[in-house]
Amino acid sequence: MKEYIIRLVYVEMLGHDASFGYIHAVKMIHDDSLLVKRTGYLAVTLFLNEDHDLIILIVNTIQKDLKSDNYLVVCAALNAVCKLINEETIPAVLPQIVELLAHPKEAVRKKAIMALHRFYQKSSSSVSHLVSNFRKRLCDNDPGVMGATLCPLFDLITNDVNSYKDLVISFVSILKQVAERRLPKAYDYHQMPAPFIQIKLLKILALLGSSDKQASENMYTVVGDIFRKCDSSSNIGNAVLYECICCVSSIYPNHKLLESAADAISRFLKSDSHNLKYMGIDALGRLIKISPEIAEQHQLAVIDCLEDPDDTLKRKTFELLYKMTKSTNVEVIVDRMIDYMNSINDNHYKTEIASRCVELAEQFAPSNQWFIQTMNKVFEHAGDLVNIKVAHNLMRLIAEGFGEDDDTADSQLRSSAVESYLHILGEPKLPSVFLQVICWVLGEYGTADGKYSASYITGKLCDVAEAYSNDETVKAYAVTALMKIYAFEIAAGRKVDMLPECHSLMEEFLASHSTDLQQRAYELQAVIGLDAHAVESILPSDASCEDIEVDKALSFLNDYIQESIEKGAQPYIPESERTGMLNISNFRNQDHHEASSHGLRFEAYELPKQTVQARIPPASLASTELVPVPEAMYPRESYQTTTVPSVSSDAASTELKLRLDGVQKRWGRQTHFPSTSTSNSTSLKTVNGITQVDGSNTANSRTRETYDSRKQVEISPEKQKLAASLFGGPSKTEKKSATGHKSSKPSSHMVKSHAPKSSMEVASEKTSVQQPPDLLDFGEPTVKSTAPSLDPFKDLEGLLEPTTQVSSAVNHSSTAAVTKSPDIMGLYTETTAGAHHKDSDILSGLSKPPMTNMVGGTTTMQVAQSSKGPNLKDSLEKDALVRQIGVTPSSQNPNLFKDILG
Amino acid sequence: MVNKQGQTRLAQYYEWLTLEERRALEGEIVRKCLARNEQQCSFVEHRNYKIVYRRYASLFFLVGVDNDENELAILEFIHLLVETMDRHFGNVCELDIMFHLEKAHFMLEEMVMNGCIVETSKANILTPVQLLEKT
Repeated sequence: MKEYIIRLVYVEMLGHDASFGYIHAVKMIHDDSLLVKRTGYLAVTLFLNEDHDLIILIVNTIQKDLKSDNYLVVCAALNAVCKLINEETIPAVLPQIVELLAHPKEAVRKKAIMALHRFYQKSSSSVSHLVSNFRKRLCDNDPGVMGATLCPLFDLITNDVNSYKDLVISFVSILKQVAERRLPKAYDYHQMPAPFIQIKLLKILALLGSSDKQASENMYTVVGDIFRKCDSSSNIGNAVLYECICCVSSIYPNHKLLESAADAISRFLKSDSHNLKYMGIDALGRLIKISPEIAEQHQLAVIDCLEDPDDTLKRKTFELLYKMTKSTNVEVIVDRMIDYMNSINDNHYKTEIASRCVELAEQFAPSNQWFIQTMNKVFEHAGDLVNIKVAHNLMRLIAEGFGEDDDTADSQLRSSAVESYLHILGEPKLPSVFLQVICWVLGEYGTADGKYSASYITGKLCDVAEAYSNDETVKAYAVTALMKIYAFEIAAGRKVDMLPECHSLMEEFLASHSTDLQQRAYELQAVIGLDAHAVESILPSDASCEDIEVDKALSFLNDYIQESIEKGAQPYIPESERTGMLNISNFRNQDHHEASSHGLRFEAYELPKQTVQARIPPASLASTELVPVPEAMYPRESYQTTTVPSVSSDAASTELKLRLDGVQKRWGRQTHFPSTSTSNSTSLKTVNGITQVDGSNTANSRTRETYDSRKQVEISPEKQKLAASLFGGPSKTEKKSATGHKSSKPSSHMVKSHAPKSSMEVASEKTSVQQPPDLLDFGEPTVKSTAPSLDPFKDLEGLLEPTTQVSSAVNHSSTAAVTKSPDIMGLYTETTAGAHHKDSDILSGLSKPPMTNMVGGTTTMQVAQSSKGPNLKDSLEKDALVRQIGVTPSSQNPNLFKDILG
Repeated sequence: MVNKQGQTRLAQYYEWLTLEERRALEGEIVRKCLARNEQQCSFVEHRNYKIVYRRYASLFFLVGVDNDENELAILEFIHLLVETMDRHFGNVCELDIMFHLEKAHFMLEEMVMNGCIVETSKANILTPVQLLEKT
């Protein structure tokens, strides 16, 4: 049997499934023969994880074995405890393990300690009362137990340094004894006394002594001793030396120790062994933080390592360079990094090095020009790997300029950026993120200095949108950029004539399946139709840095709330307290920027839940086909389950009623959307290229760059020069806190959304002011939980009509919002992809006779904005059709929600 | 522990991975390490880990550690494991490990628990293993 089980271990090890045999391994641990039992334990620890179903069968056996007289059996059980006991089963074995801590056999004590360590790792609360046991075991007579105790103590100290400062003395004295060979000879390894224990102790001391002068002073002598005693001809001696250096660089600095550390490092670096060089570079990286001057004497060695064909060594060296970067050598280092970045294929590391380049460039950039060029290079080569935030940072940097600089410098910077981007656009296959930046900058500043004509820039933008036709985000950016340029042109009083390719592009987008693109295209059309004055207020030139204030609390609604509460409406319940709104909160999570829709949800949100729960029981009574909907089920699902059967069977009057209910609720549910979008999307949407696009890039296909061939190995004088430039000014080590732009960088991204200002805001205020009564109408019927099946549409009508009377800008955007609302609705339900057909049913239901009054209401608006299709009814039907075909605009396009939800 | 052909001879994990993940991870690591030559250093970065490896005749010993582990010490730990096996089997070879897989595992279990080195005395490591044999 034992042989078979071992074969099974082999099978698993070679990567095949052997789960059929697990139960036999479990059986084996019951065996009387010690060897078989032990093998059984081994097999279960290799096969099972702690959440496996079979664990429950094992726990009992473990409990029995922990009580065994034979210490080998106990050890075997403890080994299994370390691997198989999960949080829930800890209490079952914990008392026995605590007893075992006092077992006469040291092997058992050691394993019991490790079992406790495991429990601590699993759930620190379960053993928090037993921490004192670790301290006690540190003084165990047996060095093995003591050595094992260092492991849990190391973890404990990592988590909480201050409670263990009193142990410094004990650790130091133990280390001293170890170094003086007081331990049994059995622990020696290559003539070193218990090196692994020494290393562990040094690690602990490094933790305890970090930035603690008093504790560090206790350690100086013993660490100095170890430095002297270490035999640097053996690997293990060097390992201990390295650990000493780590310790010295972590504790409060001591001049003498630093000197010996520097000596050791230079020995490492001079060694022929790559391993030692590697350790030396790593150690240098640690030490350089406290004494930067030591790098100087090793510069040639470092350069050697940098040019070594060994990849590991090279990376370590880059890490070192990264640590020693300062404003004097940043250019050389970043250039090197970019070269290296181009030469590697490993995406994981590439991402890392790209982000380092960006970080260094942001921190130490000597000039703005250089910064922009560097960023261009990084984007070009690793564009899809860098964080989208970096792109946003770059855009803001260009938009805001560099703080202290005057305006001319800013505009110079911008025009140079524009120029370089126009140049870069000529290259094939750019990463999506980079293209977004380019489009944004061109849109914002392309025509600002008058150097390039609008038609030239727009031509370029159209080329981009065409060339990258499968990347919707880029296209969206391009359209917005086009809109900006046209707007600037109109505002400047020039006549705009669209290029033919631009026209065809727009036509394509107007019929796009992406609702986001569609909206942008419509907006563009609308803007072009407006007069100069209106355009200027919508898209003021160079206003991307202006703040818009978003009244997150929506205080203008307070009166209304008060009023409705008095009328018996339920007060707003925060989203977190509402159950079953998972779907919504998911969407909310996607929008980081604005939480302004919070307030608007006040009443509207309560509706669906209430009504659903009130109405579904009668419905399920009326028709036996219906699935009874459990109360707890959340609204969205209930709609689907209720509406679908009714639509399919489509005759009985009760069902018809139900269907209307379903429709009504759907609208009831959505009520807040038109209002949200009229008030918010106007202010946030249009110009604002930045706030909309977050997080949508995951779908981008990764384009690979063709890389320049790697730099040739330089000859010696060049090397020297490089060394000089790298280490050139080691005396100026203070991390110069970059030139102004740095300080503003990490902050305020959230607060400032780059969008036009005041005028829009006024407009949005206007609309919102008009909404409250409508919202109230909406709220009331359902709060009373009556069932006026047509009311919602009237309400909607009411909601829409006033908006037609406000200024054209608002009108435009509210049209967009209204025409959008079916999409939103669809999006909402369609997060489960299977919902297409249901949705279309409902939509077509909407455009049927009983609802014509509402359609009529909207068409009046449509007339004002003739750009939209014949009427809403058609567009709804078209939309339904699109949906039936199976286009899911949801999830692909979180931007949309961002616009609408805030 | 892997032989020159990249076949796994012994594997022990201290964090649970599914069979698929294990196979993929082992494949990637082994490919990386086998491609390296004698002169290059015995450490390889792989995702968030560092792999420390050492070659003995036809066998490769690979240990994955996290970032703040002392690589040289791990390298020597591998050697200690080999010395321990040597003492037990007498001039250990690939076949010894293949045919006494469980013993190799027992030794490793004595030396490493919860991913920490707990025992480095060869006598202490081997006593329980030898006692097991006698029973």
